Amino acid sequence: MILHKEKSPPAARKYLSLFRIRFINGMQYRLAAYAGVATQFAWGFMLILQYAAFYKTNSVGFPMSLAQLSTYTWLQQAFLALFMTWFFENEIFAAITGGNIAYELVRPVDLYTTWFTKNIAIRCSKAVLRCLPILVVAVFLPAPYGLTPPVSLFAFVMFVLTMALGLATVVAFSMLVYISAFHTTNAGGVRIIAATLADFLSGALIPLPFFPDWLRKIIEYTPFASMQNLPLRIYCGNIAGVELWRAAALQIVWLAALIVGGWLWMRASLRRVVVQGG
Amino acid sequence: MIELSHIDKTFRVARRNAGLGEAVRALFRREYTAVKALDDVSFKIGDGEIVGYIGPNGAGKSSTIKIMSGILTPDGGSCVIDGLTPWKQRREHVKNIGVVFGHRSQLWWDVPVADSFELIRDIYRVPQAEYTRNLDELRELLGLGEIIRTPARQLSLGQRMRCELAASLLHSPKLLFLDEPTIGLDAVSKLAVRDFIKRINRERGTTVILTTHDMQDIEALAERVLLIGRGRILFDGTFNVLLSEAPGANGAEQALAQIYRKYNIT
Repeated sequence: MILHKEKSPPAARKYLSLFRIRFINGMQYRLAAYAGVATQFAWGFMLILQYAAFYKTNSVGFPMSLAQLSTYTWLQQAFLALFMTWFFENEIFAAITGGNIAYELVRPVDLYTTWFTKNIAIRCSKAVLRCLPILVVAVFLPAPYGLTPPVSLFAFVMFVLTMALGLATVVAFSMLVYISAFHTTNAGGVRIIAATLADFLSGALIPLPFFPDWLRKIIEYTPFASMQNLPLRIYCGNIAGVELWRAAALQIVWLAALIVGGWLWMRASLRRVVVQGG
Repeated sequence: MIELSHIDKTFRVARRNAGLGEAVRALFRREYTAVKALDDVSFKIGDGEIVGYIGPNGAGKSSTIKIMSGILTPDGGSCVIDGLTPWKQRREHVKNIGVVFGHRSQLWWDVPVADSFELIRDIYRVPQAEYTRNLDELRELLGLGEIIRTPARQLSLGQRMRCELAASLLHSPKLLFLDEPTIGLDAVSKLAVRDFIKRINRERGTTVILTTHDMQDIEALAERVLLIGRGRILFDGTFNVLLSEAPGANGAEQALAQIYRKYNIT
């Protein structure tokens, strides 16, 4: 039998492996991806046409140009899977309420990192399948209704970076909702409130520049502005210069705070967890 | 080496009568009853033993297993397994244990069993050579063959349980907890599972702690039996000595029922 110990593979491998299996699992649902692409197209067109009607009556009274807004909308639709705050992994809620969490707790892994990894993986697998057709078609749409190239190479690099961090911020936020399930019999209520609030405050319904100034200023200090708002506005040149650096720094601060807070809360919750049944 | 001493655990259970009026009242004031799941539980288990942990439903068997596997924190008492306290040094401790919960599954539902095995290999950081050796051996002992190329959702319960056992042993744990591993299995699968547990214990020296309601499991496997009832350890010794407490009973099943009644723990 196994008496001598061979060299073990590196520790990060376990989370990479977890990412892989969840990513592969997510890629299996092709039909859902086609349906998603169709929905996002319809939704994008609807939004842009509706804004176009507003712009027709008054083309100067808006904080973003119609071309910027169209670009914002197409990116938003293409990368919806990364930023949708109303999406949760039902398996995790089921594991908490149904007790299958027992199997996750007998593994030598950090539960927070495990769930975080799974969420990133499922969102990436969904986005990979959906984003390309939308981006390609949107590029060829006539101005000002299509997707324009980024305003500069710098803006593009910052867009990619803040998008990655924005995805992490969304997941770190949803982790708080998962953890709340330890403390309630049914997490449905918390889930709906959190999702609706975040959807509104993150600029998923209406871009934040369209909010009243006083409200926008407040929201820009919250973690919700670090989700889709920041990368999408950087791409279309709506946030630049000093403001960009300040917002990016705030994003890192919020991300770190959400992760540390969530991790500590999880640790405290696990101490009093009761695995029900059998 | 496992050593539990004076372990206590109390659960709070919300109780109310049926009916709308009672439900409305419970919105404002809830009544809780404290249920003592474990009451001063102490025992020692040496390396390489097979111990059958028996008792009626709700006696505290699963709670004990959960404490020993680091999932549940007791209210008081100590539990030291190979120098570690499970709930305090959870991640360090669980590397050395394998667990099978008979009512649950650790396999990914939609992908072939082999994918779940490889994930487990990476989670426990099992070196490839050791993994291949273990997998080959487990495949042969459990007759897994083509089964591991099948998605878990398409397996019969017997096939799945054999895969669960394999999954719990891929990282060569020193200690194996089996919580009702034969539940719902047919005669052939039960025999295969028992046979396998015996061989693993003999050949690898793996310590096995097993809860079950099937007396034939106990007769076939365990030299030592722990009986728990209402959260207290009532008996610790060989199965034959336990049976001698129920003279005249016809078979192990009846003997046990008689003993449960005698201890007033049903």
